[in-house]
Amino acid sequence: MLQNAFTGGRRYWMLLGFLALLILSGVVAYGQQLTEGLHITGMNRDVTWGLYISQFTFLVGVAASAVMVVLPYYLHNYKAFGKMVILGEFLAVSAVVMCMLFVFVDMGQPTRVMNVVLHPTPNSVMFWDFMVLFGYLLLNLIIGTVTFDAERKGASPQPWVKPLIYLSIPWAISIHTVTAFLYSGLEARPFWMTAIMGPRFLASAFASGPSLLILLALVVRRFTKFDPGKEPIQKLATIVVYAMTINVFFVGVELFTSLYSDMPGHIHHFQYLFTGLHGYAALTPWMWTGEVLTVFALVLLYIPKIRRQEKYLAVLCVAVIAAIWIEKGLAMVITGFIPSPLGKITEYSPTLPEIGITVGIYALGFFILSLLYRIVVSVRERMQVL
Amino acid sequence: MDESRRSFLKETGWAALGLGCGFPLLNTACSSSSAQGETPSQTGAQRQWAMVVDIQKCMDEEVRNACIAACHRAHNVPHIPDPEDDVKWIWSEEYQDVFPDQAHEHTALAIRHAPILILCNHCTNPPCVRVCPTQATWKRDEDGIVMMDMHRCIGCRYCIAACPYGSRSFNWRDPRDFIERDADGEYYSDFPTRTKGVVEKCNFCAERLREGLQPACVEAVNQVDGGAGALVFGDLGEPGSEVSRILADRFTICRRVELGTGPNVYYIV
Repeated sequence: MLQNAFTGGRRYWMLLGFLALLILSGVVAYGQQLTEGLHITGMNRDVTWGLYISQFTFLVGVAASAVMVVLPYYLHNYKAFGKMVILGEFLAVSAVVMCMLFVFVDMGQPTRVMNVVLHPTPNSVMFWDFMVLFGYLLLNLIIGTVTFDAERKGASPQPWVKPLIYLSIPWAISIHTVTAFLYSGLEARPFWMTAIMGPRFLASAFASGPSLLILLALVVRRFTKFDPGKEPIQKLATIVVYAMTINVFFVGVELFTSLYSDMPGHIHHFQYLFTGLHGYAALTPWMWTGEVLTVFALVLLYIPKIRRQEKYLAVLCVAVIAAIWIEKGLAMVITGFIPSPLGKITEYSPTLPEIGITVGIYALGFFILSLLYRIVVSVRERMQVL
Repeated sequence: MDESRRSFLKETGWAALGLGCGFPLLNTACSSSSAQGETPSQTGAQRQWAMVVDIQKCMDEEVRNACIAACHRAHNVPHIPDPEDDVKWIWSEEYQDVFPDQAHEHTALAIRHAPILILCNHCTNPPCVRVCPTQATWKRDEDGIVMMDMHRCIGCRYCIAACPYGSRSFNWRDPRDFIERDADGEYYSDFPTRTKGVVEKCNFCAERLREGLQPACVEAVNQVDGGAGALVFGDLGEPGSEVSRILADRFTICRRVELGTGPNVYYIV
């Protein structure tokens, strides 16, 4: 089965080569960070987490969203997702790998990473996040390969995977909930200390993840002979519409609580985001771009005539992903630090090496994804011929 | 009835036995460590080191600079010119930022901007300890100091996100190039220097307490003219200690009491 990853046309190899180049430049930048320390990033005394932890947070959502295909297929026996499930599971695998790498590159002493396992600390949410992410990676790898291998052989999967599949459903919810708890349990950061954070994370994940899956399915159909089908793509679009609507509602709920109560400690962060605070407004253009994208995508997604046309749907999916990336992959983490507990406003913008490392990790994730999808596609192509 | 009476007797018996064994042990423990403190503990209450900062006496710049310099020299704390990368154990910030819940709209400007010394609060319920994934930071049972193990810290900075006081610093770069040295190029102190990529903060001079000394900052202010008593250090578990007496007699405040972290650095207004 694995050998299929190394068969493909010229375009496939060019894609892998391009990704490998990006990975390599990421490795070089990481080498610089290892020798010189994290001061080469844009992070500082006040903003102590930046692009890395933001990407981690965003990608946990992408990983968790696999449940949006697993659940209808296995729990509700929704057959149309039959061809889509494996794409979702393998997307989760590559997303979790990226999550782990983003946490790893953020560490000041990466060689000590095993201390988390050697000194297990149940009172630390980070310990639990390590555990659930690793577990989720294993679950998706096992479930994905076992079920796909069975399908390839035209057999039904071994019965022992069934419980693992059912386990993976609440597990997917748990990875994003625990990631939200990383933030929402901190009394030091009023911007994060909100009970809606977990639900918000899940809603935005179930909008951005399936959007990405739609795009990937369209790419697969365009460049290979394997077609994941029209119906599952439309079903995913419906999921995106619902999830994005709920996400916007949750954001509104959060804004109401902060703005109406008008407490300085809460409102300052939102002012920083949307209007700028004391003249500091680095994120303001981003935030308004995100809001425009959200409204644009949501309004058009509501219209069935537009949603059903895949070329428009693709654009709207890009808009949804971009809007949620701005919200979660950029603003959410940084703003928790602005202003700092000592009332200081230090702005953050990532440096070139930091962006290089970030792009490198994304490239590695897509490299893994390409290999996994290549396997799926070549097996499916052969099955379609037969 | 009988059943509960019997279990009551049994429990009292165990309790008596526990008291009988426990108290002498506790007493020995306290008396053997009393050399570190100011007075031997008579109550056997849990030792909790604490500091009282006299805001008025610390208005004197010389007092503040003396204790900051003494601390940073004693612990080989680097001075990094770029404020975004700097490491601090004790320093001063404006009143309005240190006590955001005390400063109001009409607080006099002189007070609003008054410099206040800040350091790790060695909280009774420290959020940094709660979140650390490796127990590289922990609250020491015997005296309540929030300790740091720089060899275990993985540099994830979760503790920095969790600290409501901004008391923790990360080594964004190798600190050794920025540590003050004497004429021979040697460090002033043999306190272990840190590596890049770990978090550090005030340790209430755990290494000096072990020798029966007061913290470096306290010793330093007492040597400045008019600085005596600007910082007072002692055991809150000991009712007769100077810190306990000050807290009983004077009007004192703490930072962000409403968060429930239980800071052990107090301020005489």
